[in-house]
This record gives sequence, structure tokens and C-alpha cells, in this order.
Amino acid sequence: MPTETWLIFILIFMILGSITALELKDILSSIISIGIVGLGVSVAFLFMQAPDLAIVQFLFEIFAMIILLRAFLKKDYHQESTSRLNWLLSGVTIIVLIAIFLFSISVFNALPPFGQPLLTTAEHYIAHGAAETGAANLVASVILDYRAYDTLGEITVLFTAILGSLTILRIQSQRKKEGSESS
Amino acid sequence: MNEQQGMTLIVKTITRIILWMIFLYGIYIILHGHLTPGGGFGGGVIIALGFLSIMLAYGRSGVDEWLNIKFLHDLETSSVLLFLIVGILGIALGGAFLANFINHGSLFHLLSAGTIPVLNILIGIKVALSLFLVVIVLAHMHIGEGGQS
Repeated sequence: MPTETWLIFILIFMILGSITALELKDILSSIISIGIVGLGVSVAFLFMQAPDLAIVQFLFEIFAMIILLRAFLKKDYHQESTSRLNWLLSGVTIIVLIAIFLFSISVFNALPPFGQPLLTTAEHYIAHGAAETGAANLVASVILDYRAYDTLGEITVLFTAILGSLTILRIQSQRKKEGSESS
Repeated sequence: MNEQQGMTLIVKTITRIILWMIFLYGIYIILHGHLTPGGGFGGGVIIALGFLSIMLAYGRSGVDEWLNIKFLHDLETSSVLLFLIVGILGIALGGAFLANFINHGSLFHLLSAGTIPVLNILIGIKVALSLFLVVIVLAHMHIGEGGQS
């Protein structure tokens, strides 16, 4: 079977998993069904011959599952509220989605066929990457040599995120200390 | 949250045995980032999951006993600084910011590709420690109670 068929199969699997996660009443089963989406993405990366991305996606999925389980399992977040279907709102949503789909048919025709490289820079990287950087792994040569500036930006994002969350933690512990002193 | 003394003795012992293998695998993935799939991000997440397994098995008090959180935060912050220093050395020695100024060596060797392994190691330290610090912050924050008060 060609890769496209497998990808469509994985996409249907992921959509079914997310619908199951929405509809399940039990929060533990719901979190496990969310994991299907991440698993599908990493298997899709494997089919498209991107093992680097597949490894990172799979590991981050495990990490996110552990955090979700620890954060939500003990709390009473799963309060059932009887949600009535708003016919007007859902009708408008479906009509808008169909309109966007109809308008974008011409865009689908303009897309290049599956697996064809779009950029000439990418062709240059594939042809000369190993010789210019000396790295056998082409992905490493792109993210750490040709596009190392992007990686610096990603690291800055992580750095700022950790700094912000540690600041919030410090503020919270100070407030707790003040509260215990005054009481 | 209730008293977190960790899990049973079986889980603790097996965690103690397996932990070093997890760290070794993560370090392998980071060091071979320029030869095989993986690299700093993937290996960093593996090491962070190793730290996370300490936390899950031994509880929060075990982490506070075993690891110096302040030192980990300093190490994590200094890896960003070292990344910038490598970039500025690229200006001085290679002619452009983050230029690959070390000798490339021969293809498929462990010591090759110039600055790429150095940057991979720095990214690995950064990702591993920052993800672990996120988990520590989340464990200390008591998510549900903050919203109600």
C-alpha cells in the first residue's frame, strides 16, 4: 500500500480516538484515549521516514500523559453538566466549515503532489548537507548548523517558560508564608 | 494532595536499578545526535523521564533529599549562556553567528561535525532539566486548590 493510504487510515484512527475521549464519562479512560492522537502522530512520522520527529513526539506524549494523570486524576474536574445542543450555533458552525472547504478546493489543486519537495533550499541541504557540515544525520545538520538561530529561539522560549513558572511558585510560597504568619 | 511517601518497595528497587540505564540511553542518544536519529531534544526528554521516575517512585520528599533543585536550575540557566558563548565564538573564529568553526572531521565518526555535538549536549542538558523543573513546579503548586480559594 502507498504511504498516503496508511496516513488516511491513521488519521481516521486519530479522529475516532479524539471523539472517544470527548464522549467518555470516566476521566482516566478519556486521558488514555487522548494518547491515541499522539501515538497516531508519531506512527505517521515513522511512515513519512522522519524517525527524529517520531522519537521526540512519542517521548513528549509519555511526558504529557504523566502530567495529565497527576494533575487531573485526584481532582473533581469531571463534573457532569447537562449540555443542551444549541441548534442555531452548531448549524452556523457547520455551514461556515462547509463554505471554507468549498472555497479551498482550488488551493488543494494548486498543491504539489505528495512527497515532492517544495523548496530549492531543501534540495541544497539534501545534496550538500553531509559535505558542508560533516554530520551524518541530516536533521542535526539542519537544526544545529544551517538553522541554529531557530534552535536558539526555541531554547529562549524554554528558558523564559521555566523562569516564569519558578517565579509563580516563589510568589505562591511567599504568600503561603505570610498567611501562616498572620493567622 | 495526600502524604506522598512514594510507591512500594518493589517499585523503588526496580527504579533504582533501571534509572541508570535510562540515563545511559539518554546520554547515548544525545552524544550520537549527529550520527543517528534523536539528538538533544529526544535525549533530553529521555533523561527528564528518568528524573520523573524518581519522583513517581519516591515521592516529592525523595526528590528534595536526592537532588539539589537550586543547582539544577543554575545548570539549566548556564547551558543557555554556553550556547550563546558558542555562537559568539562563531563570530570570532568562523565569521558568522553560530558558525561551525571547529574542524568537521570525517563523516560517520563520533568526533566529527564541528560544533554540532557541543550544541547537542547543551540542548540536552537544557531540555532535560527544564522539563523536570516544570514537573517539580506543577507538583508544588496544588493545581485544584488554587482555583477554589
